[in-house]
Amino acid sequence: MTEQAFKSIKNLPQEEYFAHGHRACSGCGHPIAMRLIMKAAGKNSVYISVTGCLEVVSSPYPQTAWRLPWIHVAFENAASVASGIEAAYKALMRKKKIEKEHIDVIALAGDGGTADIGLQALSGALERGHDFLYVCLDNEAYMNTGIQRSGSTPYGASTTTSPRGKVSIGNVTWKKDLPAIAAAHHIPYVATASVAYPIDLMNKVRKALDVEGPTYIHCLSPCPTGWRFDSAKTIEIAKIATLTGFWPLYEIVNGKTVLTKKVAKRKPVKDYLKLQGRFRHLKEDDISYIQNRVDEIAEELGLGPLG
Amino acid sequence: MAKRRAIEISAAVAEAAKLADVDVVAAYPITPQTHIVETLANFIADGEMDAEYINVESEHSAMSACVGASAAGARVLTSTNSQGLALMHEILYIASACRLPIVMPVVNRAMSAPINIWCDHQDSMGERDTGWIQFYVETGQEAFDTTLQAFKIAEDSDVLTPVMICLDGFILSHLIEPIMILEKKEVGQFLDSVYKPVNVLHPNKPISIGLLGMPDYYFELRRQQVDALEKAKKVIAKVDKEYEELFGRRYSFFESYKIDDADVVLMTIGSMTGTARVAIDKLREEGKKVGLLKLRVFRPEPYSEIYDVIKNIKVLAVVDRNLEPGAFGGVVFGEVRSAFYNREKKPQIMNFIVGLGGRDITVDNFLEMADTALRVVETGKMEKIIEYIGLRE
Repeated sequence: MTEQAFKSIKNLPQEEYFAHGHRACSGCGHPIAMRLIMKAAGKNSVYISVTGCLEVVSSPYPQTAWRLPWIHVAFENAASVASGIEAAYKALMRKKKIEKEHIDVIALAGDGGTADIGLQALSGALERGHDFLYVCLDNEAYMNTGIQRSGSTPYGASTTTSPRGKVSIGNVTWKKDLPAIAAAHHIPYVATASVAYPIDLMNKVRKALDVEGPTYIHCLSPCPTGWRFDSAKTIEIAKIATLTGFWPLYEIVNGKTVLTKKVAKRKPVKDYLKLQGRFRHLKEDDISYIQNRVDEIAEELGLGPLG
Repeated sequence: MAKRRAIEISAAVAEAAKLADVDVVAAYPITPQTHIVETLANFIADGEMDAEYINVESEHSAMSACVGASAAGARVLTSTNSQGLALMHEILYIASACRLPIVMPVVNRAMSAPINIWCDHQDSMGERDTGWIQFYVETGQEAFDTTLQAFKIAEDSDVLTPVMICLDGFILSHLIEPIMILEKKEVGQFLDSVYKPVNVLHPNKPISIGLLGMPDYYFELRRQQVDALEKAKKVIAKVDKEYEELFGRRYSFFESYKIDDADVVLMTIGSMTGTARVAIDKLREEGKKVGLLKLRVFRPEPYSEIYDVIKNIKVLAVVDRNLEPGAFGGVVFGEVRSAFYNREKKPQIMNFIVGLGGRDITVDNFLEMADTALRVVETGKMEKIIEYIGLRE
């Protein structure tokens, strides 16, 4: 293990680059993630947002929550816009048109903007090897437009376009494995993260930015509105996601997967599912189906047994 | 000193980009545009040009990368046409609304279906509402000169609007023409090698670009683009004049040919103008009073300027190389007619639709159009307002 840049929540950088007063729902995971990511990145960083919750809540003209340079262009192109920005700095610095310094380029997208509409742009940018970090803030559906399912919505979740019903259990597909897709581009650094593990998230951001080349972080960001839970429980739910093995925390460094949060004895997934309205309709059979799948993944990753 | 070189027009456009010291090129192949980005790739590979060359995975990403690079302060260029331009459509609006001076040669090609790689103007005309400046050029020299002018116009602080230079696919893009290619030192007198934007995405001075505009602000913000395009008229004229003073060539918003005593004027756009000139000469030899008006600047609209030179003619025949199914005639015709409607004195205006999907537009076609228009002058009657020329019906 390399030296961790951040050790304790007690002595994090004091600067707040994501300003309060934004219009996110109470309990939204995104602003929590952004405060941490921007603290970890520091002042010399530039941000690209796709269309979606984060963009809408942070930039109602003439206000902005972004104290560092920020651009929003469209829904599907965070990675392409980031490519252009990275290339511009590279060319301008090489040609001595601007002062030479290191500027981190960070693209931010939700799960729809990453797993679905933005996947092509992401793949292109990873393959081309731009020096940038892409963070997917995964709240597991299109929340900004009203809780429609995405390629990253988990099995069994009821959404407005995959509703539970008399003959439906809700979403019938498994989450697209985005970290694996990113890693398949043979990029130097891929990680999963969660707003419930702030130090882990910040260290991963720091590591990703310190590496040269494209890097990818997939961060769980619970959505009280879309998942239907009490907005005071965002962190609790995100934590249980990891403790059940539903959201394992790991890094893939140069192709090698390493767990960053070991769970000796996993909690049953039921503990995670029962806290959320989107899973409330699931029957015992459905839950054991999900449990089996989580067990398989947990075993593959080397997480502990069900305790 | 500038040298006259026999050079493919696509290569000449690439030379202009090199001379403008472009910092970032986003490239995605599409016929017949490919020679421009291939030439630029060669310049970079041979160390003749210092730029980042992004081999994007689509035209949508090409324009997105241009938006990012331009926002970060680079001088950027991409090039495309037809399906590629349509794929960019969404981002074209954003590029202009974010006031980013991107320069894009569009090598005009028909829209699918049926798939067709040959020339017409449906692609760029379809993007006429995206807030971009649009030039249509007739020759390789004009393509080269206009590309250089485009950077200066786009980057002007009164304008800050992206520019398309539309050149006819194959007819121009693949033609070898003797073109005066300027030297770097000469270009330096005209265009600063560094684009110096007021607002740039850089940690030195954090700004936000691309905010959410709700009903209380959206209307005003979009209106600013109308003002920018209006101001662009003055800048286009100013830049054209500077260019003439330095290099001896000038193009204006439109060019007229033998129209002083004309009864009929054919209004053309793009490379068809060369063919039309031959037809006009022939008609003049026969004593027929027919002239020609070539439209060069299409956005911002040039119609007030055009009105002054055509107000005394009898019939204006607008030749459109585009198709708007279900509309009343072609794009340029509809605009010209609408622009002159409130004028008391105005010519009769008719429309010829020609040359779709690379169908040749011949001298005979122009003679036929002129004859039809002259018949209107003689009889005072217009049997058909909109006619298709060179089409089997």
